[in-house]
Amino acid sequence: MDTVLEVKGITKKFPGVLANDHVDFNLRKGEIHALLGENGAGKSTLMNIIYGLTSPDDGEILINGKATHFHSPKDAIACGIGMVHQHFMLVPVFTVAENIMLGSEKLRNGVLDIVQVNKDLKELSTQYGLEIDPTSLVHDLPVGIQQRVEIIKALYRKAEILILDEPTAVLTPQEVEDLFIIIRKLVDQGISVIFITHKLKEVLSIADRITVMRGGKVIATDDPKQTNEQALASQMVGRTVILKVDKTPAKPGDVVLSVKDLHVQDDRKIETVRGVSFEVRKGEILGIAGVQGNGQTELAEAMTGLRHAISGEIRIQDQNVFNHPPRDLVEKGMGHIPEDRQKHGFVMQYPISDNLVLCSYYVSPFCRRGVLQNSAIGTNAENLIKRFDIRTPSPYVPTSKLSGGNQQKVIVARELSRNIKFLVANQPTRGLDVGSIEYIHHEIVQMRDEGIGVVLISAELDEIMALSDRIAVMYHGEIVAILPADKVTREELGLMMAGSLKPEVSTI
Amino acid sequence: MDLKRSIFITIIVAFLYSIVILIGKDTTQPLIILTSMIATTISVATPLTLGALCGTFCERSGVTNIGIEGMMLSAAFFGWLTSIYLNTIYHVTPLPSLLIGVFVAILTGGLLGLLHAWLSVTFKVDQIISGTVINILATGVTGFLNRQLFFEKGSIFGGNVPHAPGTLPIIAIPGLSQIPVFGKVFEQQPIAWTAIILVFVANFVLFRTRWGLRTRAVGEHPRAADTVGINVSFMRYINVIIGGCLAGLGGAYFTLESVPSFEPLMTNGRGFISLAAMIFGNWTPLGAWAAALVFGAAQAFQINLQFFRDLIPPQWAFLQQSYIVGLTPYILTMIILAGLIGRTTSPAADGTPYEK
Repeated sequence: MDTVLEVKGITKKFPGVLANDHVDFNLRKGEIHALLGENGAGKSTLMNIIYGLTSPDDGEILINGKATHFHSPKDAIACGIGMVHQHFMLVPVFTVAENIMLGSEKLRNGVLDIVQVNKDLKELSTQYGLEIDPTSLVHDLPVGIQQRVEIIKALYRKAEILILDEPTAVLTPQEVEDLFIIIRKLVDQGISVIFITHKLKEVLSIADRITVMRGGKVIATDDPKQTNEQALASQMVGRTVILKVDKTPAKPGDVVLSVKDLHVQDDRKIETVRGVSFEVRKGEILGIAGVQGNGQTELAEAMTGLRHAISGEIRIQDQNVFNHPPRDLVEKGMGHIPEDRQKHGFVMQYPISDNLVLCSYYVSPFCRRGVLQNSAIGTNAENLIKRFDIRTPSPYVPTSKLSGGNQQKVIVARELSRNIKFLVANQPTRGLDVGSIEYIHHEIVQMRDEGIGVVLISAELDEIMALSDRIAVMYHGEIVAILPADKVTREELGLMMAGSLKPEVSTI
Repeated sequence: MDLKRSIFITIIVAFLYSIVILIGKDTTQPLIILTSMIATTISVATPLTLGALCGTFCERSGVTNIGIEGMMLSAAFFGWLTSIYLNTIYHVTPLPSLLIGVFVAILTGGLLGLLHAWLSVTFKVDQIISGTVINILATGVTGFLNRQLFFEKGSIFGGNVPHAPGTLPIIAIPGLSQIPVFGKVFEQQPIAWTAIILVFVANFVLFRTRWGLRTRAVGEHPRAADTVGINVSFMRYINVIIGGCLAGLGGAYFTLESVPSFEPLMTNGRGFISLAAMIFGNWTPLGAWAAALVFGAAQAFQINLQFFRDLIPPQWAFLQQSYIVGLTPYILTMIILAGLIGRTTSPAADGTPYEK
């Protein structure tokens, strides 16, 4: 097979880090080459160099055997490289057609030729089997379709090499399936794909070759048929990683949180939680599985006091806390790891030390007679940073400067260090790398063993399966089943999440 | 422009016009009053329209511009200064003096646009501060030079304000201006006509051309534009300079078209009202123009009511107080900016410097 892209000895230094250290990498025509590595391993830097967004300090890039220098993405695009960024580069208020032609507009007498673009798009759609309505506005489209727009955008620019940066991070399991079908179709048409990810299962199911990066270096290039998740994870992290969560059977105690016939509306006043009931006991993990957008967000917000519910009942032990304010819930023993950590988890600009007392800054010892006690706050921060292994130069750096994994650890540290009775963990490991996931899973299980009731909401089936003692499946705002975790298979759960399997045993 | 705002505009304009017609109908024919109101509205809306277009270009590309007021004031002064210089010192005939004055006004606006772009795009200065700098600079420089050049002993004009070359001539549209009575509406001065043409040109440029598509992309999602090879800084620079030129033309209205004189602070908040018009018009040229006409109507109300001051019935006596009537445009601004008449959405990256 021909090599369409080759990079040799790429080195890139950023202040304080060697992001790429003599990286060699090549891509053959018509292959799917996965680039695997933890956050900060240097994958994105390498791709930004290949796409012309950053220039390397050293090393060379060969396209079809010819050495090239990119000064901007324009040059890379001209060489047939297309990139689908993790955060989509689409203008939300533009139509699909406007987004796709932006930067390489078709003109007719000096005026944008939308008709021609629409026609071209129709052709592209049929050629690659990517259906799209060119006239719809991007912000009206679901995430999976937006990604499709990004792929078409690259193909429209005649891309032969397609870089997909963490393409599955934002997708539901169904959308991932669709994406994989699309990628295989593209490859059949002669397109070569670089697939960046840190998800092991995906890599094994789609890649032709796997290159693992760690600390800015290429560690190995593997054949997916001759490796497995365990081996890849160890290469990625640099030590043996326990992928399987080690846990003993739960010893459930009294009911700590009960939700009865809860109804909640979303921002558009559409009822997205429709009569949900469940109980969580001390010392157990109740997993709530479901494809994103089936009411989990609103359910979590209502449980944690962030959203007013319409009707129903929420009790912490015996006290009714329906529509009580968050502070009251926190004082009654609620812990919360929110879905969007940067929005609801902490204040980005605050130092770590302040974020660690966000729930308790107003009580002794952190506050006396209305004055914050900085020494107590500092000591608390130092203790928690040590105990939860938060990697930071100091407790006083703004939390925004930390990596995603360490930001999540700040939240986990704050919530778990308090005297809580139950924990609502909503997508606690989203966007984190293997090492951090391992750590957070371990902490959650340990909390359970200490007698805390945990509600785990996750779109990752693996996470639900690995941690839960009981699993509730949410579909269209209702809980279709609550099952013991050891009595249900992955496949059954997948079908229930899609609403196509109605279980016989509905609740236990 | 959505239905709610269109209705609001119609009601306000109809209301303001009716009051004047009701008061004046005993001495003057309603059609004459209406004609006068419309003609004044179009004329006084000119600087607001141009200011709002300036804001639209700047903000569509992602640069907030609260310096429109200062750009207009400076342009008004330097345009006027140029025309007086040419006319009195070099004895150029009035019309060329005025036209060159207009050109200098546009240039002044453009240069201040360049300054604004330089501060906010290159140096990533907070754009509100950059705009404020321009406003303060304009007030200071025009006030100082006005005093030094015209009122200081031993200055060029020796303590006397010289005779100005007048104002730009009226251009009547053939045919339409021959309509009895109502034809007056079609007799306007050149900047007023240009502003109306520019509204449509701007609308075409922003929504039908490559330049417009890229401008809007840079104002909504600069990184997306960058990844497809669009130079974000360049787009912002040029759009802010275009905006500056438009504000400059708006400034020329004050001293070369409306009245043949300059007074310190004569723009009197018009730059800020333009911003309100831009917001109310949802960052579109046509919408901004419609909003500018509402403010124009409020000013026309004040101007035309003066003619009928003695006819105001005693129960409406408060309308005789010109300072109360003069508040109308500002009260309208507050109502509109409070978002009572439907909220509008600004370009997503408006006011945010682009960090690579």
